[in-house]
Amino acid sequence: MRFGVVIFPGSNGDHDALKSVELGLQEEVVPIWHKDTSIDNCDALLIPGGFTYGDYLRAGAIARFSPIMEAVTEFAERGGPILGICNGFQILTEAGLLPGALAKNSELTFRCDWIHVRVESDRTPFTATLDPGTVLRLPIAHGQGRYVVSESQLAELEANDQIVFRYTDSQGIEHDDYNPNGSTAHIAGVCNERGNVVGLMPHPERAYDALIGGDEGLKILRSVVDAGLSTVRA
Amino acid sequence: MTDAVDTRRSYLAEVYVSLKPGINDPQGLAIRDGLRSLGYAGVEAVRAGKYLRVTLAADSSDDAHAQVTRMCDQLLTNPVMETYEISITALNDH
Repeated sequence: MRFGVVIFPGSNGDHDALKSVELGLQEEVVPIWHKDTSIDNCDALLIPGGFTYGDYLRAGAIARFSPIMEAVTEFAERGGPILGICNGFQILTEAGLLPGALAKNSELTFRCDWIHVRVESDRTPFTATLDPGTVLRLPIAHGQGRYVVSESQLAELEANDQIVFRYTDSQGIEHDDYNPNGSTAHIAGVCNERGNVVGLMPHPERAYDALIGGDEGLKILRSVVDAGLSTVRA
Repeated sequence: MTDAVDTRRSYLAEVYVSLKPGINDPQGLAIRDGLRSLGYAGVEAVRAGKYLRVTLAADSSDDAHAQVTRMCDQLLTNPVMETYEISITALNDH
């Protein structure tokens, strides 16, 4: 399987993403520069974290105008699996590929920590091999990760099974104390209606080997390989 | 760019962006608490936002307003969590 990692000016999780596929999954991976206009034969895309365009205006607001985003949107429309991580999640919401928005953390602090999330849905390619209820230990590093949706949108997300990850304690129990940024309904990650585009604030690509503090992020990345989905090559 | 006579004039659009009423505004809360600790016990609420000045050419004040409204919907604000107000001023002819 061939992954693509989309790199914008200000991305800083791009090499983590490349290494997690290369060393963690031992699959093929190519960098894709934001000025490129096509996606070269990739089966899955990772939109990494960082501070693209300095987070000017709003996190992710400017990156969505990069030339590559048209190809990313086409890839999504064809059903290709896309995982937006942290700033990548912010970019995908700003681009309208994912619902909701990411606002400043409720405590106004930049949170750099290890947290737990619970898998809520196995209908996405990135969770297809994980049972709902599975708890994963992952790192976070963000200042604007508070997931915001209106009440009616939240009901829609629930009804459509679009909530993919929630912040919990290590036992998979939700408490406000274990919500690191004040996200609505403890939401850590969501998907589009079709389920092929997923975004989350935690960093699975920074947890691909016990040597770097944890390897449970690899389960998310491996899922898309093991699921053996008939993804459309772009 | 063009030889056509440009009959349009310049307008200044002032755009005030704020979080929607229901959305928690931790910045505003922190500023409110700062004011209170300075002794302004009467401060009831603070909402923090953004102020943008856009200078643009337009056919009329209404045209300028319509253009900036589109800009707000497409880029300047995020409709999921923000609202905006626009104030248009005609600038002197150059």
